[in-house]
Amino acid sequence: MAELSYREAVRDALSRAMREDDRVFVMGEDIAEMGGSMGVTQGMLAEFGPERVRNTPIAEMAIVGTGIGAAMQGMRPVVEVMYEDFLTLAMEQIVNQAAKHRYMSGGQLTVPLTLRTQGGAGWSPGAQHAQQVEAWFVHVPGLKVVFASTPTDVRGLLWSAIYDDNPVVFFEHRTLYGIKEDVPDELEPIPIGRARVHRRGEDVTVVATGRLVHEALTAAEQAEQEGVSVEVVDPRTLQPLDEEAIVDSVKKTNRCVVAHEAVTRMGFGAEVAALVQHQAFDWLDAPIERVGSKFAPLPFAPIMEEWVVPHADDVLAAIRRTVQRDGN
Amino acid sequence: MERRGEVSRERLLEFFRDMLLIRRFEEKVEERFRAGELPGFLHVALGQEATAVGVCQALEDGDVIASTHRAHGHALANGTPPNEVMAELYGKVEGCSHGYGGSMHLYDVERGLLGANAVIGGGLPAIVGAALAFQMRREPHVALAFFGDGATNIGTFHESLNLAQLWRVPAVFVCENNRWAESTPAVQHMPIEDLSQRAVAWGMTSLSGDGQDVEEVHGLSLEALEHARSGRGPVFLLFETCRFSGHYVGDPQVYRDKDEPRALRDTRDPLDRARERLELSDEEFDEHDREVIEIVEASVEFAKNGTDPAPEDALKNVYADG
Repeated sequence: MAELSYREAVRDALSRAMREDDRVFVMGEDIAEMGGSMGVTQGMLAEFGPERVRNTPIAEMAIVGTGIGAAMQGMRPVVEVMYEDFLTLAMEQIVNQAAKHRYMSGGQLTVPLTLRTQGGAGWSPGAQHAQQVEAWFVHVPGLKVVFASTPTDVRGLLWSAIYDDNPVVFFEHRTLYGIKEDVPDELEPIPIGRARVHRRGEDVTVVATGRLVHEALTAAEQAEQEGVSVEVVDPRTLQPLDEEAIVDSVKKTNRCVVAHEAVTRMGFGAEVAALVQHQAFDWLDAPIERVGSKFAPLPFAPIMEEWVVPHADDVLAAIRRTVQRDGN
Repeated sequence: MERRGEVSRERLLEFFRDMLLIRRFEEKVEERFRAGELPGFLHVALGQEATAVGVCQALEDGDVIASTHRAHGHALANGTPPNEVMAELYGKVEGCSHGYGGSMHLYDVERGLLGANAVIGGGLPAIVGAALAFQMRREPHVALAFFGDGATNIGTFHESLNLAQLWRVPAVFVCENNRWAESTPAVQHMPIEDLSQRAVAWGMTSLSGDGQDVEEVHGLSLEALEHARSGRGPVFLLFETCRFSGHYVGDPQVYRDKDEPRALRDTRDPLDRARERLELSDEEFDEHDREVIEIVEASVEFAKNGTDPAPEDALKNVYADG
């Protein structure tokens, strides 16, 4: 066992894959000498050299599209898009090209591309450097979407993403890079499409992603003191979604809260709510509660940013609403 | 006087036959579309046969290409059998994309066609990536993209050519300059007359030629491919060509002079040029034409007798493991 930060865990997965497999390489803006804007690829240039740790121009369409072409030719590129806000610049390549080549070719092509990106509020960058756009990509057939919340998960899931034969949009959360935990010396791949139950509980299920997993765990501890037992489920991959894990949990607890940092409107939580009401309608004792950012671009002033994005208190309030509903 | 790219009579006849096949194929596509047999949105390449054939005849095994919405000629010139192209246009399982792609998304990966792209410039970045894979694996292959003058205004074009030159990947960018971006003439979409000036911006080698002269196209393509293959970096390959037809099949072409297509056919037909050089008699021409028409007719029969996919096949191939 060794203690790794979330950042080091990402680097560990990348480095191990690159040591074992010549097909794997990384490219993106400022990832070589600088080690990436978040320091994820620090030291990798020295180990792997400039051919496999490639600095690129600021040109997201070309960066992503080049990854697509290399992937179609049998490489396993890992492309870093510096901020998830900048995925918008490569939207055409991701949505029309990466996601559809296999389909349009009638199964002739595979695009084993991993698209790493990061975002998240809490440091007042304003409206163009911290939004959470993962839900946009869940809407696109042909893409897989991963959002890991712990060092162990991010390492095991990134490995699986690299070795997945489909394009995977891999979301990391900026405020999680520093969190640490002991991880096994052996890297254990985590299958894409399997949720993780972080905490067992009886009264309410909180389905949370990214930073909100940690906020939900904090809220669950507070709820415990109020006599409410909370189960926290992190889907970890949004597409494909481990529907069974979510539905089974809600059938046990009869109440559901969905929590993510992205805006609530048309968010991932809406899909989870639809799933739960359809598959566990008779088990529900309260309306499904959604927790997410308020419907505004991210504001700059810290006091406004803090108010717009959800925190543990918001999750706790939602938990309380579900249990108060039936007089508990 | 020696002509640019002159080839043996035997080779030129081969080029001529390939061009004639594309011509008759495209005419048949127009006819079958008008008869209501072909679904979707079709773009034919009448008048642009020489660029497709001249370029593709210069490719080597292992090279890959990306095409555009105007893809039938590229696919045929690159060796996809007419039966498979036609079957795709009819939406059949036997089609080169098994009915999942259609006219604007022809794929034939085994023969190096990485896809025809319905987004202008959409396929260019992937060609840089394919070339990068060849470079990293030290493989002697070239990745080549076809696109039109209209694509030279879009972001992917600029980002892709910049990156290709920066990394000196073995790529060739073939611009078929027919001077129309759909219905918009060059004068309304380009601030420069000579498109090769765009390559200057990246310090990229550029070659230009007459896109209606199949030998010239072929000769310049060989030169460009050799340049890229030998590690000297990518090449911008510009051909002046012309579109006899509208943007799409059924286009009333209200945006251009009614006499223009006729005049282009009379003066700039690549088939006439090749036929002249081959000194084909009417009888010889007719014999080739009959053989080609038979191939095209057979492709329509093949396609019509093809297998319809099951509706629920629509859920296959969304994911590699699904």
